[in-house]
Amino acid sequence: MKHIAMTALFVGALALSACSNNDRFGNGGNGTGVGGDFVAGSPSDPRSPAYFNQTIGDRVLFAVDQSALSPEAVQVLTQQATWLIENTSYTAVIEGHADEQGTREYNLALGARRASAVQNFLIDRGVAPNRLQTVSYGKERPLEICSDEACYSQNRRAVTVLAAGALTS
Amino acid sequence: MKRTSKRVSGQLRKMTCLLAACAAFMAGGVTATVAQSDGPLRIEITDGVIEPLPFAIPNFVSEDGGSADIAQSISRVIAADLASTGLFREIPQDAFISGISSFASPVAYSDWNAINAQALITGAVSGSGGNINVKFRVFDVEANQPLGEGLQFSGGAAGWRRMAHKIADVVYSRITGESGYFDSRVVFVAESGPKNARRKRLAIMDYDGANVQYLTDSSALVLAPRFSPRGDQVLYTSYETGFPQVYLLDVATVGRRVLSSQEGTMTFAPRFSPDGRTVVYSLSAGGNTDLYTMDIASGQARRLTQAPSIETAPSFSPDGSQIVFESDRSGSQQLYVMPASGGEAKRISFGKGRYGTPVWSPRGDLIAFTKQNAGRFHIGVMRTDGSEERLLTASFLDEGPSWSPNGRVIMFTRESQGSAGEAALYSVDISGRNLRRVLTEGAASDPAWSPLLK
Repeated sequence: MKHIAMTALFVGALALSACSNNDRFGNGGNGTGVGGDFVAGSPSDPRSPAYFNQTIGDRVLFAVDQSALSPEAVQVLTQQATWLIENTSYTAVIEGHADEQGTREYNLALGARRASAVQNFLIDRGVAPNRLQTVSYGKERPLEICSDEACYSQNRRAVTVLAAGALTS
Repeated sequence: MKRTSKRVSGQLRKMTCLLAACAAFMAGGVTATVAQSDGPLRIEITDGVIEPLPFAIPNFVSEDGGSADIAQSISRVIAADLASTGLFREIPQDAFISGISSFASPVAYSDWNAINAQALITGAVSGSGGNINVKFRVFDVEANQPLGEGLQFSGGAAGWRRMAHKIADVVYSRITGESGYFDSRVVFVAESGPKNARRKRLAIMDYDGANVQYLTDSSALVLAPRFSPRGDQVLYTSYETGFPQVYLLDVATVGRRVLSSQEGTMTFAPRFSPDGRTVVYSLSAGGNTDLYTMDIASGQARRLTQAPSIETAPSFSPDGSQIVFESDRSGSQQLYVMPASGGEAKRISFGKGRYGTPVWSPRGDLIAFTKQNAGRFHIGVMRTDGSEERLLTASFLDEGPSWSPNGRVIMFTRESQGSAGEAALYSVDISGRNLRRVLTEGAASDPAWSPLLK
């Protein structure tokens, strides 16, 4: 299933690259790209997961003990929503995470709130609800491992993890 | 999956009065006395013991030569159990004036008095065909008399540790007047791997860290196990499906089943009711976490709370009538008590900071909790109405208290700070004294104490 979906994506990327828009991607595009200004599947290919993950950004960050979306988060999620609407062959699991400053089970509930805040935003912006699932990892999967705010701020996050393939249900 | 030690509960026979030994005492001209619960040798735990009670425990006598190793090991485990409480201090054997070469011969009280032993524990081991028989006596040295009757245990030799713990429980109980907690187990999460890719598996061990068995592999994250009231089942949360769900595991067979797997929801923080028939747990749906109960036999679920806030970390009162839990309905994590069937909840925590993971004491008198304040974590206890809060520990990260079966000791997780930070198990008694690390093979978290084994 995954293999088929990825093949389709590659064709789509080539098709897109044939009519790519220099204005949109500016000089930052990869000039050595095959048949265009970027390498298919690279972060500059707007239909690639790499573009979603790195160029748009697959994650948003939260304030301490909060699940409200910041203006920066809204900006990122608005682009995530647009991408998901345009790339219907992907579903996503939204992971909610917390920093280590909290008890384990509370942090699970807090991570669920964060994941849900992102899910609700994406649905409000038009992403089909059945393409989005949420999961909370609480403080179980920190990205950064130091014990100060520099790391904590990166760990209080919700990550939209793309999965290739049709809906399972 | 390693499961080496068989369950020995069936092999341990009931304690029996050591009639033969009583008779021997009569013959030796020493008056055989029955238990003296109001004898002079007594530690009142509530007084906050300053000076531990000195005791002597000569190596148990091997009555048939073949069980000498076990005889010595049993006396060592008894000594370690008693000393680990902080209430007792072992007098080193090289200070002994007289030895115990025969279980039946009279005790030279003056020799034990001279080295300031207040309690003396003697015992003997005999064995045949893989079974051992362990008998023991406790003496009140100052009073020149036995403290209670001699007792004996018999069972498979592989169960020698449990026999030692049972003997230590009897000694503890005779001297403190309270039940012991040494013949108990702890289920916990064994951790390995770096902080950003921890592997976790369920494990079970004796309360002192011996006899570790793994109950799951580390292919899925597992969290916060809890024993059933009989100690034969474990509730926990697993990411086996990719999403956290509550599982019920049978300790003897390690068979497990998911309890609740409603699409689009997560369940966690499961705890048994005192009768073992109901589970109270948290269910998250649409980002909101509330408390539910489920009848284990029928799978019938019932919603207890209905609020946009987080409700989690529930714990039944020992009589099953109430549930203490944490909620951030006030704006921050605080503790609440409500009827076990749901309904109006009363806030009981009012101090500075955030309160979580409340656990009702098996004696019913106290609630242990985790408190976060000013960048520190504490384990504390309060009365069930929230009064008389006392903090027992302080560190970078302490959390998740679990009560010893007698409600005197609390085990919890302490995580060290920084990139190399690691979780370890600690225990502390409810006076805040005797903070100790519980030795485990590797990093460990989320301990949950079993009831006393039968």
